[in-house]
Amino acid sequence: MFAVCRVEELPPGESIRFTADVAVAVFNADGEFYAVDDTCTHQDASLSDGFLEGCFVECPLHAAFFDLRTGAPTCLPAKRPVRTHPVTVDNDVVYVHVEPHGQVPQEAGREQEEVA
Amino acid sequence: MRTVTVVGTSLAGFSAAQQLRAQGFDGRLVMVGAEVHLPYDRPPLSKGFLTGKTSRADLALGEQSDYDELEAEWVLGDPAVQLRPSSAGVELLSGEHIGTDGIVVATGATARSLPGVDELAGVHTLRTLDDAVALHDELSSGRPRVVVIGAGFIGAEITSSCLDLGLDVTLVEAAPLPLERALGSTMAQACADLHRDHRVDVRFGVGVEELHGAFGHVTGVRLSSGEVLPADVVVTGVGVQPNTAWLANTGLGLNDGVLCDAGGVTDLPNIVAVGDVARCYRPDLDRTIRIEHWATANGQPRVAVGNLLAGSVVEHHTDVPYFWSDQYGVRIQFAGTVHPDDDVRIVDGAVEDRRFLAHYERQGQPVGVLAFNTPRAFGRARRQLTRPSLIVT
Repeated sequence: MFAVCRVEELPPGESIRFTADVAVAVFNADGEFYAVDDTCTHQDASLSDGFLEGCFVECPLHAAFFDLRTGAPTCLPAKRPVRTHPVTVDNDVVYVHVEPHGQVPQEAGREQEEVA
Repeated sequence: MRTVTVVGTSLAGFSAAQQLRAQGFDGRLVMVGAEVHLPYDRPPLSKGFLTGKTSRADLALGEQSDYDELEAEWVLGDPAVQLRPSSAGVELLSGEHIGTDGIVVATGATARSLPGVDELAGVHTLRTLDDAVALHDELSSGRPRVVVIGAGFIGAEITSSCLDLGLDVTLVEAAPLPLERALGSTMAQACADLHRDHRVDVRFGVGVEELHGAFGHVTGVRLSSGEVLPADVVVTGVGVQPNTAWLANTGLGLNDGVLCDAGGVTDLPNIVAVGDVARCYRPDLDRTIRIEHWATANGQPRVAVGNLLAGSVVEHHTDVPYFWSDQYGVRIQFAGTVHPDDDVRIVDGAVEDRRFLAHYERQGQPVGVLAFNTPRAFGRARRQLTRPSLIVT
């Protein structure tokens, strides 16, 4: 668990980057905090430099969008999801619980597909 | 429409295939590619792939799951040689004839080479994966002396990659200031300074007279100044030519690309064109433009495929041209259009620091934005550029 910053240091629409096992980007998307691996799955672009639109971040190089909730890309060229990490706020401090490396986040909707 | 054939299997073609399925086309989808490879990404070819940082597997645009979802028939290594509008089909080099109802033209472009140098070994262009493999092999055997001809973005990236490989490289450019037309003189100078920062041997404002060779291999480049640059490897980056030969005499308008309306539809309503090969009318500019950028190849298919499936133009291309270039550790990004007399203003950072954001303005209106190493500010500025108004008929 990493204490990243104080809540007031990360206002809505902003992002911050810190280094865990790899670089991790933390976003404040309209009051909700999200953390994902900072490097775009396609090439080396830093997602913390990307434009934030709702809970989607745009890769600053390719303009592919990643869903911060699932890490899944919404269009070409990114193929694989980025890792997501749970974020908690305690006493006005933003904490990121970095997932062990190699764990792939669950794809949204997969469970439903399997049931259907 | 029961069958749609996408001719061209690079980014634009692959994106078109994905859009066809995403927009509900559930008929037969045929993918025709001149290259034997499944779709791969070209930008790394002049950068990480040359230096060995990016592997061949990293270049793949799709994964198995993508191909499973597309359910397409892939005809690779067999280029289209003739469109047959009368029999609604595409004829391939092998003689195969593909009957089809709709066509997406995504045949891209071919790198221009210097006239009369095809016979010399050691002379390269860089466009395809095979080109990159061949160039990479030569650059990494021994310590070849390299001459790069053409100081556009490709030439600059190749030069930068050669430096990373520890090679001696000379960069030759006919124009006194490279990229002046693409970026205007102030910003072109900022790009030219990158070469000087890294003490690259440059010859600007000098043409190439001829290549020297011995025993079938290049040995040097003779310049219009009379100087002869010794060379073991020569790479030319002097632009591309859209691949339209297979569309000749079909009634489709051709003029440095396939002529399309504002929605990417050609003169025939069941044929659309996307990417490097497409020359589309832009109402906002009141002229046709052909855009060779990655982002255009990636983005145009959504609109063009929508119009193909609708059978009429329901949406226009409205994207602002955007490209990036990585060289000498600097990420250059540009969006918009440039006229030589646009005003350029640095709004953040400083050119000397190789870290800045510049705005281009025409009659007080923002028309372009250029960034060196400021991706975050660039992303915001790019969105503020005026987009042409959407016209739906």
